[in-house]
Amino acid sequence: MGRKILLEHIDVPGIKTFDVYRANKGYSAVEKALKTMSPDEVIEEVKKSGLRGRGGAGFPTGLKWSFLDRKTNNPRYLVCNADESEPGTFKDRYLIDHIPHLLIEGLIVSSYALGCNATFVYVRGEFKTQIGILEQAVAEARKAGFLGKNILGTNYSLEIYVHSGAGAYICGEETALLESLEGKRGNPRIKPPFPAVKGLYDCPTVVNNVETLAAVGPIINMGGPEYAKIGIGRSTGTKLISACGNINKPGVYEIELGLPVSEFLFSEEYCGGIKGGKQLKAVIPGGSSVPVLPAKLITTTAAGEPRLMSYESLAEGGFVSGTMMGSGGFIVYDADACMVRSTWNFSRFYHHESCGQCSPCREGTGWMEKVLHRIENGHGRQEDIDLLVSIAAKIEGNTICPLGDAAAWPVASAIRHFREEFEFHVNYPELVRDPKHQPISKLAQVHV
Amino acid sequence: MALRIQHKIFERDNQPVEFSKETLAKFRKLIGRYPEGRQKSALLPILHIAQEESGGHLRVDVMDFVADLLKIQPVEVYEVATFYTQFRLENTGKFLLEVCRTAPCAICGGEDIFEYLSEKLGITDGETTPDGLFTLQGVECLGACGYAPVMQVNTEFEENLTNEKIDRILSELRSKANVDKPKESKWAEKFC
Repeated sequence: MGRKILLEHIDVPGIKTFDVYRANKGYSAVEKALKTMSPDEVIEEVKKSGLRGRGGAGFPTGLKWSFLDRKTNNPRYLVCNADESEPGTFKDRYLIDHIPHLLIEGLIVSSYALGCNATFVYVRGEFKTQIGILEQAVAEARKAGFLGKNILGTNYSLEIYVHSGAGAYICGEETALLESLEGKRGNPRIKPPFPAVKGLYDCPTVVNNVETLAAVGPIINMGGPEYAKIGIGRSTGTKLISACGNINKPGVYEIELGLPVSEFLFSEEYCGGIKGGKQLKAVIPGGSSVPVLPAKLITTTAAGEPRLMSYESLAEGGFVSGTMMGSGGFIVYDADACMVRSTWNFSRFYHHESCGQCSPCREGTGWMEKVLHRIENGHGRQEDIDLLVSIAAKIEGNTICPLGDAAAWPVASAIRHFREEFEFHVNYPELVRDPKHQPISKLAQVHV
Repeated sequence: MALRIQHKIFERDNQPVEFSKETLAKFRKLIGRYPEGRQKSALLPILHIAQEESGGHLRVDVMDFVADLLKIQPVEVYEVATFYTQFRLENTGKFLLEVCRTAPCAICGGEDIFEYLSEKLGITDGETTPDGLFTLQGVECLGACGYAPVMQVNTEFEENLTNEKIDRILSELRSKANVDKPKESKWAEKFC
């Protein structure tokens, strides 16, 4: 059993409520921070913990906090990114559903550290239930004196507001989220200026993911150095992994970073192996935006080392033979899956979700979707595969925000690792027109 | 074509916009959460409530009312209403069935679920049943991939869907509709 930090009390009946959460040492981090530590000491502790952004980028949280412009007279804001929309990712929803006060506690401690008196939680609009849960949790915390004026008799005051989005993947990008929070279309902003200098309402702002903020309470309780002992190398602590696809036990698991991927995939404690006893074909380990890896490269690196669930090990081999930790949305494909169909599906997603600001992304995502659609439906041309590679390369790095990269990488990596499937679709169009065609490996045995 | 679509969407309804006192109080409370001069921040939360209370879609006069309320230009509301998936400018059925079609659901049978629903209801993507009860819509990732296949019925999530579960959900919704009065669907015709 791996160590549990975020989900330590998840099985306690009623942990969702303030009283039970409080009875299980809940809000002790707020007491410790507000009564015995200065804001700088809290930031220092988070720096020492080595905590990295859990939303996908993996940027060190303490360092991000230290960029916040604290000299200005303007208010400072903390915004919690609960716009969980990355395909394969459902960990923040799980946290909010089961232990919402862990997030509220993290928000209070973090807001105190950053000197914010108003904090917003931006929740994706579809999560109406979760918005209700959070509002309830905020009201409970407020009633108990952990929010509002002069918290615990100190001179620190804080209000937390739960704000609803309205269905736009792009609003998970921090500057698009800020635009949306200001009541506008979710068009990402050009950086710099970074939100730490000019964010919400042109004021210094920190945007952090739900899971990142939820980890702050436990870090303050145990101390940064203690947290840093968990995990491996620069991947400290624990991470929530949301596992889905063709596995026996889909769900949200807390793992110590550094767990071997093969153990996560096949042990009964986690995914429990591939559904129906089938063979593993591929895994997208960090949400749909990160490169897909075939079975042999997800469990073992190109150098023959066992692949671990850590920021560094998953990235080992760069984009040639590696991938990324991303948000921890772990999507598993069994041997029957058609990688062309899946790639087309994701390209449709990115085309739908592109905000339309930058031409390479607005047009390129549409072109990729169309070309992939015709390959998948048996109308592909030989030159289409290289055309896709070329479009992907021209989107990547040429857009204001990372959605362009996120749309390009799945296509480029699928072709890199499963080129033969794309070629088979082009060469044997009549065999793949039925969307439920047999796996390419079986078709190829008969026809090639 | 584009002009025709815009004309239809922005056709004003003759019913005056009326929100109850309670709803107006909710709007004011939402506006109060944001700093002075930043009342536009309340736009998304207010539009959600306005849409729900005006029958499931945003009429142009409702959007104009919200613009007045927030002291912003009507176009600032229109551009937001047309950007976000959850805001709708067309009428929908009483029950909006939004089926996730993104890959994590698709590889767990999401496409079959969509097809089954489509057959059972006799409608395709974006259409409403003639009785005005159901609108079927394929949507992108709903953030519930571990419970695939999933769909949203209005605001509720229905997870781990099978054909049998769909049958049960549809019959439950139908009996619910017989209790409540079905919604009029005067905008049922498609825009394009």
